[in-house]
Amino acid sequence: MKIEFYLNNDPHEIEVDPAYRLLDLLREDFGLTSVKEGCGEGECGACIVLMNGLAVNSCLVPCGSILGKHIITLEEFRKTDRYEAIEKGFMDAGAVQCGFCTPGFVMATESLLNQNPDPTDEEIREGLSGNLCRCTGYNLIIKGVKLAMEKGAGLW
Amino acid sequence: MKENISQSIPRSDAKAKLRGETKYIADIPFDKLLYAKTLRSTKAKAKIRSILLPKIPDGYFVIDQHDVPGKNRMRTVVSDHPIFAQDDVQYIGQPILLVVGEDRETVYNILAQIQVEYEEERPLLTLEEAENSSAVFTDYHYDKGNPCAAFQNAKTLIEDEFATGYQEHVYLEPNGMAAEFKGDTLFVYGSMQCPFYAKGALLETMDLADDKVRVIQTTTGGAFGGKEEFPSLIACQVAVASLKTQKPVMMIYDRMEDILCSTKRHPSKIRYKAALDENQQIVALDIDVLFNAGAYNGLSPVVLQRGIFSVTNVYHIPHLRVHGRNFMTNSVPSGAYRGFGAPQTIFGTEMMLYNIAVKLGIEPLDYKARHLLKRNDPTCTGGRIHDEVKMFEILEKITQMSGYYEKIKHSPKYHGIGASLFLHGCGFTGKGETVINGAIQLTKKNQEVTLKVSSVEMGQGAETVLRKIVAYTLEIQMEQIIFEKTDTGLVPDSGPTVASRTTMIVGGLLQQAALEMKERWHEAESFEVTRRYNHPDFLHWDDQKFHGDAYPVYSWGANVAEIEIDPVTYELTIKNLYGVYDVGVPIDLRSLEGQMQGGIAQGIGWATIEVMETSQGRLIQTNLTNYKIPTAMDVPEMEIEFISNPYEFGPFGAKCAGELPFVGAPPAVAAAVSHALKKPINHLPIRPEKLMEIDNEN
Ligand code: FES
Ligand code: FES
Repeated sequence: MKIEFYLNNDPHEIEVDPAYRLLDLLREDFGLTSVKEGCGEGECGACIVLMNGLAVNSCLVPCGSILGKHIITLEEFRKTDRYEAIEKGFMDAGAVQCGFCTPGFVMATESLLNQNPDPTDEEIREGLSGNLCRCTGYNLIIKGVKLAMEKGAGLW
Repeated sequence: MKENISQSIPRSDAKAKLRGETKYIADIPFDKLLYAKTLRSTKAKAKIRSILLPKIPDGYFVIDQHDVPGKNRMRTVVSDHPIFAQDDVQYIGQPILLVVGEDRETVYNILAQIQVEYEEERPLLTLEEAENSSAVFTDYHYDKGNPCAAFQNAKTLIEDEFATGYQEHVYLEPNGMAAEFKGDTLFVYGSMQCPFYAKGALLETMDLADDKVRVIQTTTGGAFGGKEEFPSLIACQVAVASLKTQKPVMMIYDRMEDILCSTKRHPSKIRYKAALDENQQIVALDIDVLFNAGAYNGLSPVVLQRGIFSVTNVYHIPHLRVHGRNFMTNSVPSGAYRGFGAPQTIFGTEMMLYNIAVKLGIEPLDYKARHLLKRNDPTCTGGRIHDEVKMFEILEKITQMSGYYEKIKHSPKYHGIGASLFLHGCGFTGKGETVINGAIQLTKKNQEVTLKVSSVEMGQGAETVLRKIVAYTLEIQMEQIIFEKTDTGLVPDSGPTVASRTTMIVGGLLQQAALEMKERWHEAESFEVTRRYNHPDFLHWDDQKFHGDAYPVYSWGANVAEIEIDPVTYELTIKNLYGVYDVGVPIDLRSLEGQMQGGIAQGIGWATIEVMETSQGRLIQTNLTNYKIPTAMDVPEMEIEFISNPYEFGPFGAKCAGELPFVGAPPAVAAAVSHALKKPINHLPIRPEKLMEIDNEN
């Protein structure tokens, strides 16, 4: 099946099996390895990318459904000021340990703040509840999001 | 540059990880790479009668026991796990063979067509069955004092029994390894804690000379013990495949495979008999520890050792009789997991004391405090507590922080508060450090110093902390310290990254080397300083009698948990968690806070929602949909504090830290639940169904 979509702001036309996972397309065909496979079943959020600005688990997205969509991965998002604010917030909070969950949390944070620039603690917890982290115990990530909101005030 | 070592500095690896630039094993490209997938046993116990292969297309391979050039056993403490099944299988998920080839789909298709004919045998499915059939792998005993007399003279005898379940590590990065030959040298890359364990295993299985094997650790996405011994097995398998195919071979587990066949925390059963004197003080304990080791013993003997050497926790019990056994069952092998056998026994002991206190009508924390170890007291194995014990300071701090004494009196029904006291023995058990005899090296070149150790960065912050120790000792900038790649060809064997030994033991050696380097700094542009572990001579250990100092020193702590139970669904919510820790002098507070919070979260998971069971030898929970680990919604706010208690032999006074927080959280939560329902909690995980049942019984 022929599919046109936008990847990191560039238009692409590809020939692909519609059941092929977006995760594999990004990692295998485009070499975008910021996208991680932690479970392959929509439970861990390590594979989160933005589809039209919203977080999706790319392991659950078949390529057949990305027609005309804008996909953004961390490779592109890290060029933005919003990313800089998240990076600074996460670093200062000590939100990164093994790092395998980290790209997913960064993208989920962007999606969360994009929809709700001023979330409460509860809303942050809920907004990130699709992302698993086994190292940090989450509180330091939540703190990172709050620091990012401060540092990036006005960006979202 | 002379700064306070506890003050936090940025982690050196955080930026690249945040940017998504860090490469884990699955992200690394290899030329002409072949993918491997494992065919696994579907039977809990069976003879393999025959294996029927489909026609294998060109460029695809089947790798099995016949391809192993050396020993078809994975080298570890007990080298009993076959690399590939020989004539029989002992658990569901046991590897039989690999299918290897360029295209993954084709590999899966071939795998699906392979038919194994089994002759099934009667498996041992549970710990109870194993105990009844005396299927014992390891049997340990030790005594202290005169338990016989103490039990005879006891005023009161109390018995109790506890049980804990499996736990899966769920490191976010599943296991993965790759192997390739460059000329006649084998290179193995992957996610692991112990490159020299993998190397040792490869030498035996591949039958290669020491200089023909190099193991290179790639960025490791979490491990927690789950990548201690287990990766050696995958390393050997991909190495055999690479030898046969003469191409690089990579094997990355998917989550289900990882859960199904990687090691777990040992399920346990622990029985206590306590002898109390006329003052209601515990004077003697008779403790029977049973661990389910699974189908192969592997690392389990040393896990059991730590379990039975932690069995009196922070308490001084004059007379002891301790019996510990690992049992064989036809289930996935148990192995290393943060805490290494101690979380099970410390849970049991904490709750045993708690239950006795409740029975006697004494406030549990006060009752525990009456039994606390002090400096110079004998340990359970007849060693000494050599260093100052600051448990009273810890107690005072945690009860104030949490408002414990107020809340314990005035909690409404279904609200509870509970406390745990705990310790962790730092570094290897017994003679472990002497046997490993770890080495480190510092190399000065112009103004830079390269730090060479085999301790790996696996998320815990080792790279930053070890560089910090060297930089602060040399009084030079962090940027001048280079952390050498963890490649067995480039670094000395400083031992495995386990037992919370990295900061204290390896960091200690680095500090000594750095002090020497500092003195000689102007001697030459370039030179090296090497150090090897030297066991302090006041420590004694008899490995046969289990007598002496099982650990050189201990880290200590206390937790308080506040919980609430939904009166209708019995759903448990942990509202607050407080922790006060003595880890010597904290090296980098932010990094330690991360260790404590993460350890507590894992402990809470094990204690509450992480249910893993087997039915007919088959794990029921094999994915993250039915094996739930805590999310951001499940963890409470945590208040963490450290008290300073410098340890003479640790770098800057540091002791161990990584496993300590795991040990404390479960008994604190269990005590809080018990407080809320006024019923004993003797079983982990604590499930709502069970709470409903015990709340409704009289
Ligand atoms: S890999 Fe997609 S959610 Fe886990
Ligand atoms: S940092 Fe390791 S899983 Fe989150």
